[in-house]
Amino acid sequence: MGRTLLQKVWDLHTVRTLPTGQTQLFIGLHLIHEVTTPQAFDALRQHGWTVARPDRTFATVDHIVPTRQRQRPFLDVMAEDMIASLERNCRDFGIPLYDIGDERQGIVHVIGPELGLTQPGMTIACGDSHTSTHGAFGAVAFGIGTSQVRDVLASQCLAIEPLKARRIRVTGRLPRGVYAKDVILTIIQRLGVGGGAGHAYEYAGDTIERMSMDERMTICNMSIEGGARVGYVNPDETTFTYMERRPFVPRGEAFERAKAWWRSMASDADAVYDDEVVIRAEELTPVVTWGVNPGQSIGVKERVPANTADQQISDALTYMGLTPGQPIAGMTVDVAFIGSCTNGRLSDLREAARIVRGHHVATGVKALVVPGSAGVQKAAEREGLDAAFREAGFEWRDAGCSMCLGMNPDKLEGNQVCAASSNRNFKGRQGSPTGRTLLMSPAMVAAAAITGRVTDVRELVEEVPAGGR
Amino acid sequence: MGADKIRIIDGRALPIRGDDMDTDRIMPARFLKSITFDGLEQHVFEDDRLEAKRSGHVHPFDDPKFQGASILLADRNFGAGSSREHAPQGLHRWGIRAVVAQSFAEIFFGNSLMIGLACVTAPAKDVEALMSLVNRDPQATLAIDLQARTCQASGLTIAIAIPDHVRDTLLTGAWDTTGLLLDRYEEVNAVSAKLPYLNGFTN
Ligand code: SF4
Repeated sequence: MGRTLLQKVWDLHTVRTLPTGQTQLFIGLHLIHEVTTPQAFDALRQHGWTVARPDRTFATVDHIVPTRQRQRPFLDVMAEDMIASLERNCRDFGIPLYDIGDERQGIVHVIGPELGLTQPGMTIACGDSHTSTHGAFGAVAFGIGTSQVRDVLASQCLAIEPLKARRIRVTGRLPRGVYAKDVILTIIQRLGVGGGAGHAYEYAGDTIERMSMDERMTICNMSIEGGARVGYVNPDETTFTYMERRPFVPRGEAFERAKAWWRSMASDADAVYDDEVVIRAEELTPVVTWGVNPGQSIGVKERVPANTADQQISDALTYMGLTPGQPIAGMTVDVAFIGSCTNGRLSDLREAARIVRGHHVATGVKALVVPGSAGVQKAAEREGLDAAFREAGFEWRDAGCSMCLGMNPDKLEGNQVCAASSNRNFKGRQGSPTGRTLLMSPAMVAAAAITGRVTDVRELVEEVPAGGR
Repeated sequence: MGADKIRIIDGRALPIRGDDMDTDRIMPARFLKSITFDGLEQHVFEDDRLEAKRSGHVHPFDDPKFQGASILLADRNFGAGSSREHAPQGLHRWGIRAVVAQSFAEIFFGNSLMIGLACVTAPAKDVEALMSLVNRDPQATLAIDLQARTCQASGLTIAIAIPDHVRDTLLTGAWDTTGLLLDRYEEVNAVSAKLPYLNGFTN
């Protein structure tokens, strides 16, 4: 009987079954950032432990960093303290740090793949729930909490329970104007925000196979929003082509051997899954969230729910300032945010730039573009994307998590409505306790920025970029 | 590492209604800016509490009748979203020692176990019964017995679910995992020695 990639990676990295019944799993790559690590390093010092594999641990700064005025010390004293603490910890324990000013700095889930640290067949851990992103390469990647960060620092291992595998097959051609973001938002809407509990999501099918690595990362990134612990795509030629010549990827003959091994880690054709879901790409449309979790979404042409007898729905509508049953298209937006580990990569910025060229941000809308990494920023500037955005009235910022979460100076104010390419529309997520977030694809955010309203990107421009695959 | 053994968790309870209660609500991101977990208890559900105040309501965490509660009652998929351990840390520091919910998000569940905060599940009707009991009588004492997998309150006994390994981990005090993972480290080295990507794909 064949095995899934999940099983192969799991078996290969299993050290033993712990007395607690959990698996002791070796972690091949540990990515760390400023927010979820200080207390873990404190625990290490307290117990006199060291970092087991500083050579397999890499650090960067993303959550708390300002995206402009980055001279040190930061204006925010707490942010400065937090960065200084990571710098000290990395120095003391011999961990490479891609700090502010380094051309490798960026959102941890953007730089891992970009630098070639993320590879197929690996186990990866990071103190951040969107670590599932790295599964796009055929890695098994866990988001963990601070105590588990301590465990991985000290032992390079995790104590963890086995997962079931659900295959999500996406088949057929995506219609024009429909992107990877719309696919994953649809999956979460259909299976529920808690639907993936206990599972790894394996994304398969010809639609996924035709997707670029950037698109696959968008899909895997939001696995956690569907409650799945990890999400992955089997490695293939698209994966290998992306990886070739990245800094941490082996070269020459070693690359050929690596490819053979990576290929062998993919799920076997006769692998058995715990269950399977099929999504028909042809049926999908651009999606917008109307509520306060990523599962509360509808097609851009649809109306928000009218069923206010459901407490959850009526709460969400009230918070969002929506009238039951109103169309989502046409809703006024105050802020447009393009960025994050979901959609802050070069191809995302390219698509958004193609929409905004020849247009201008609507009066009264604050619009910003925040590249996911310094590398993305540089590549985008080489192509003149920064100029395109600036001319259209967007702010062009330095790399970081920015307005995805309220930990740095980029925040919503009051009850502003934000069209966002990020991944969470929770109450207060974007830094204002009453701020309102509408999740959508970067192209849809660009369209909303230009018109000042939720807009079907397919209607805005004659020729919608071929996001559709 | 000297973790405590946890078998019985008893005390008064506090209900939090609503499915998919995410960790951004339990602990808003701005409180993650400190390099320690100290003081997080003050900020549990902070924005929800402010919102309740603004609209003339009292949030359960501000309600005098629930002060001193040690058991949290919740609905489905409690702790969704961000992996921030600050959420269970804040609850634990506030005094919560167990959460009884219809279900949990996994990262929250794991993070809670790591700090000895017991997460147990019960069917919707039983959680509902407990919630109405404590709303009627906030002084009612609940007793969760992890060994027996029961929760008792005022003559009511409900069955709770908790995975075997989680229960055993709490019962034996083995919930501080680092020591376990460092034990028999030669086995770890044997596994890593066989990983081609750690050996430059030479073999
Ligand atoms: S961009 Fe947002 S979701 Fe991604 S790591 Fe940063 S804060 Fe988390």
